[in-house]
Amino acid sequence: MPMKIGSDEFKNRVDKGINDSFMRSAVASAQDGIGQRRQAAADELGNWEEWRSHGEEIRQHVLAHLDYYLEQLSENVAKRGGHVFFAQTKEEATEYIREIVQKKQAKKIVKSKSMVTEEIHLNAVLENEGCKVVETDLGEYILQVDDHEPPSHIIAPALHKNKEQVQEVFTKKLGYTKSSKPEELAWHARKMLREEYLSADIGMTGCNFAVAETGSICLVTNEGNADLVTALPKTLITVMGMERIVPTFEEMEVLVSLLTRSAVGQKLTSYITVFTGPRAVMEVDGPEDFHLVILDNGRSNILGGEFQSILQCIRCAACVNACPVYRHVGGHSYGSIYSGPIGAVLSPLLGGYDDYKELPYASTLCGACTEVCPVKIPLHQLLHKHREVMVEKEGKAPITEKLAMKAFGFGAASPALYKIGSKIAPTAMNPFTVGDKISSGPGPLKAWTEIREFPAPNKERFRDWFKNRAKEEHV
Amino acid sequence: MKVSLFATCLVDLFQSSVGKATVELLEKLGCEIDFPESQICCGQPSYNSGFVKESKEAMKRMIDTFADADYVVSPSGSCVYMFHEYPYIFKNDPIWEQRAKALAEKTYELTQFIVDVLKVEDVGARFEGSVTYHTSCHMTRLLGVKKAPMILLNNVKGLSITELPYKEQCCGFGGTFSVKMAQISEQMVDEKVSHIEETKADYLIGADAGCLMNIGGRMERKGKPIKVLHIAEVLNSR
Repeated sequence: MPMKIGSDEFKNRVDKGINDSFMRSAVASAQDGIGQRRQAAADELGNWEEWRSHGEEIRQHVLAHLDYYLEQLSENVAKRGGHVFFAQTKEEATEYIREIVQKKQAKKIVKSKSMVTEEIHLNAVLENEGCKVVETDLGEYILQVDDHEPPSHIIAPALHKNKEQVQEVFTKKLGYTKSSKPEELAWHARKMLREEYLSADIGMTGCNFAVAETGSICLVTNEGNADLVTALPKTLITVMGMERIVPTFEEMEVLVSLLTRSAVGQKLTSYITVFTGPRAVMEVDGPEDFHLVILDNGRSNILGGEFQSILQCIRCAACVNACPVYRHVGGHSYGSIYSGPIGAVLSPLLGGYDDYKELPYASTLCGACTEVCPVKIPLHQLLHKHREVMVEKEGKAPITEKLAMKAFGFGAASPALYKIGSKIAPTAMNPFTVGDKISSGPGPLKAWTEIREFPAPNKERFRDWFKNRAKEEHV
Repeated sequence: MKVSLFATCLVDLFQSSVGKATVELLEKLGCEIDFPESQICCGQPSYNSGFVKESKEAMKRMIDTFADADYVVSPSGSCVYMFHEYPYIFKNDPIWEQRAKALAEKTYELTQFIVDVLKVEDVGARFEGSVTYHTSCHMTRLLGVKKAPMILLNNVKGLSITELPYKEQCCGFGGTFSVKMAQISEQMVDEKVSHIEETKADYLIGADAGCLMNIGGRMERKGKPIKVLHIAEVLNSR
């Protein structure tokens, strides 16, 4: 699977994450900082809940009429002289792009950050063609320089690295000689990247929103790299997930506000880049040739089903930044380029349960993700829905759990059985009980008591106390 | 006022003191308590593990159990939230959806019931000690009960409350998550314990037996002297 990163088992990935104290402190401080800024930016509007409802409505409307808007978008891109290609699979997408690269005899491609091109593993395909592919988003650039390390976060791909680690990478790989000051590191990257923009044959971007009414593409960045990628090279290729459409600029404005506030706690990012088709007659810059690749890759299977609301996602990562599990295990533990709650819902849908069966269980269902989602995706309910599908349709639950849960369901529905079970519980637990606690329990209690005490069952159940008390009162 | 107590299985089996405190507290506030004997468990452990079909039987039993109740009150935000999810779970079921809705509408978490229904903000409690309060996720975020426990605690005489840093962060319980994902759960509960320690409180108070068993069990294992109490026990002390 192209989204898949590494081949380690889930448990080993998590162990690795938990034992990486550098990563954990970088993630915790990023979560804290972004979380506070997000809250302030949301509160500032005074009616955040109305904004969320509005965002949800726009996204649901687009998904309900996706065929209409896709047609409108492609017509308008074509009207402005652009080429549109619908790719049903990742292979169709990469093949189309590979052909353009071949036709243009391109040697160098500059990219602005795009998760969807990670999803189809585009860089590897292009590098195979002998192309140099340069990531121009600073975070992506750092990872690329560091031997193509995969992203650990959907908007801050190098979130798991601190500035000292970035300095180390730059020193080792780029001959960098200065300090770990972010300004100096960024200046060095800027210097290196300027050369690349000027000599690139093709520019390549993802897409935050595509405006159906005008055929425009909107990109949201803080570094201005998207401006250079879209303006300088002669050929521009944009790859978008098929659901990333807004009807008009009016809806785009709402979603951009929700995105920037939720993603980084800013009213707006430093750059909101909007471009429409190739360079027109009176325009001074922009590409001569523009291609829009619209990717399905499993999305149309999600449409119309129980998981449709996940397609509302605008990739702000607020759920990732709020997730207490992500906080401790980091992005690479998810084994997918999509991490955090959004990744735990999306990865099994796009990549199948075989590779991602643990992800829906890697959540306490605490609802922190659902609470911050700017387009009201019920993430914790979707995580639960995956569990239900795996247990009931895919039959993926371990047999011991199946038996335990069947027994539980049976017991919890049968007062007679519960009565016996709960009455004998203190006696049954006697061998494990010391004082009023169990420090080393059997069966499912083992995992619990490895790190915590478990209370011994009450000798007198609450219900017995209540009954006896009523009797005494009547005497 | 007649109140049917939904004690929860954890309280029935492991924390009977919480059930007793709940009964005594509500009686002091003038309620007449009844405990329908056929109640068992809301079904959350199996439901959250994905065993929806099995859980529905337990849920139907609960709907039957409380069919005649005027009010259903429970000392657990999480289990009350589960009742509130029943209509979603039984959606499009011609019989059970309506019945689930009726149950959800009359079911309250203990502090929510005292403040919103009984309209009492001071239960006349006295408790000497420095405490901090853990806001459970299901109760706070999903059920939406945020203010009631704080209103009641702020009116307890003798109590000094220090706000828990990162209070909205999950303690790592998550029902079966605590054993299925034990390695992650351990990290989460350890972070929670360290924030509790920062407050220098003598007591940790919470409104959900599950979270308290998790945090309390970890603190005990690590030899922390901080004592754990359910909010019902604090509100019932004089």
